[in-house]
Amino acid sequence: MNEKLKVLVVDDEPGMRRGSVRALKTFSFPVPDMGFNVSFDLCEAGSGQEFREMMEKNKFDIVLLDYKLPDTNGLELLDFLQKGGFDLLTIMMTAYASIEVAISATKNGAFDFLAKPFTPEELKVVVRKASERLVLQREAKKLAEEKRQIRFQFLSVLSHELKAPLNAIEGYLRLMENKSVGEKISDYEKMIGRSLVRIDGMRKLIFDLLDLTRIESGQKKRELIEFNFTESIKKALETFTPDAGKKNVKISFEGKENIPFWGDPGEMDIIMNNLVSNAIKYNKPDGAVKITAALSGDFLELSVSDTGIGLAPDELERLFSEFVRFKKEATKGVEGSGLGLSILKRISELYNGSINVESEEGKGTTFSLKLKNQRQK
Amino acid sequence: MKKSADFNGKKVLVVDDDQDFLEQTSIVLRSLGFEIRSAENQKEAEAMIEKENFDLAVFDLMLENNDSGFVLSYKFKKKNPETPVILVSAVTAETGLAFDSETPEGKSWIKADVFLNKGIRPEQLEKEIKRLM
Repeated sequence: MNEKLKVLVVDDEPGMRRGSVRALKTFSFPVPDMGFNVSFDLCEAGSGQEFREMMEKNKFDIVLLDYKLPDTNGLELLDFLQKGGFDLLTIMMTAYASIEVAISATKNGAFDFLAKPFTPEELKVVVRKASERLVLQREAKKLAEEKRQIRFQFLSVLSHELKAPLNAIEGYLRLMENKSVGEKISDYEKMIGRSLVRIDGMRKLIFDLLDLTRIESGQKKRELIEFNFTESIKKALETFTPDAGKKNVKISFEGKENIPFWGDPGEMDIIMNNLVSNAIKYNKPDGAVKITAALSGDFLELSVSDTGIGLAPDELERLFSEFVRFKKEATKGVEGSGLGLSILKRISELYNGSINVESEEGKGTTFSLKLKNQRQK
Repeated sequence: MKKSADFNGKKVLVVDDDQDFLEQTSIVLRSLGFEIRSAENQKEAEAMIEKENFDLAVFDLMLENNDSGFVLSYKFKKKNPETPVILVSAVTAETGLAFDSETPEGKSWIKADVFLNKGIRPEQLEKEIKRLM
């Protein structure tokens, strides 16, 4: 990859301009960590007037500015550049090299300073420094902007997700207030039931959100100990047996009675609860959930398969993003925060691990996790 | 809420992917005398617009697509230019997504007659409908 920076050389001496252009025309260098080379496109201006005209028509990245020009001086042009808010760096060139000039130029926004006469090598060193600064500065700005955007988007969606249940509950309360479907409390059983379901969903969302923020910020105190992973599985099975019973889903576990693993048991509970709960929620009546777990070298290999509704290829792609929930006939009435899998992904990253999904629409889904032993050496 | 017969015999299409909002809107509209037809997604709603005739439509903005409500309004108005359409959403405030179906600019592309924020009270909805019909 190649990044062309546009350089404007401003000097009233044609020889100086030509010399600088010649030196930079064939100059190219790689920028560390960015994976591309920088080279230059060059333009020339012989006076302040010409410089201003060129600035109007082009977008320059670097300006090499002579301090003494026939119709103006460099400091005035520096002032023009600063007021214009251009995204560029200026290098001052002058034969009257004095510390005062250098200081005042830098104060007025020049990035660097070249004392005339200079060699092509000296010119290249200074231009290279300016280029690297410019490229990294722009990259940092881009990243900060992206981060800001992602955060904004997350918060927008989050407030939407929180407002939806509030609106629903408020709506039911207003209907009750107006006695819209009858005088007896029993007339409102369905409304009360739905309100409670929405409150439950909201609570789950808030808890998931707390988990996610704690993991993201690194503030969740991790308690790394050796424990039996089979216990985490059994605990999840116990928790979800009633839900499985309602749909007549059979859960089985294949693995040893004792699977010693170093990690945070709390995090393992989050993993197991999310996987098993999904496997039941998105299962069909009379379906099955199969859990396997085993150690393989330094890794724990875990899989949870269901015989549920499965995922379409385009759904698989978006599966791990925040608040992604697929609305279709088969997911009608299934509640969820849309954060569970984001949390799983974050946790498996904490374990230098990976999470994979295989799925066939209408047939079922298998989540496979690999988690590295966190034994402190 | 008293049963009113203001809109007896009129048919309304309500589309929302939130089953609770659908239920609540239906209760309010039924109390006004409307016959309710409902759909939970854009595809289903499009098929209904195609086949049936309505006297009023209430669309949620975000269904399976972020602009489902706009699309439905457009298709609905193309078939029934004179029938009022109410667009409902909870998204405007927090996304900064601002549009107004009342301004001339908004009217030119939003094919709905009113835009309402979710969390609307039954009385407000009733008032808007009486104004439109």
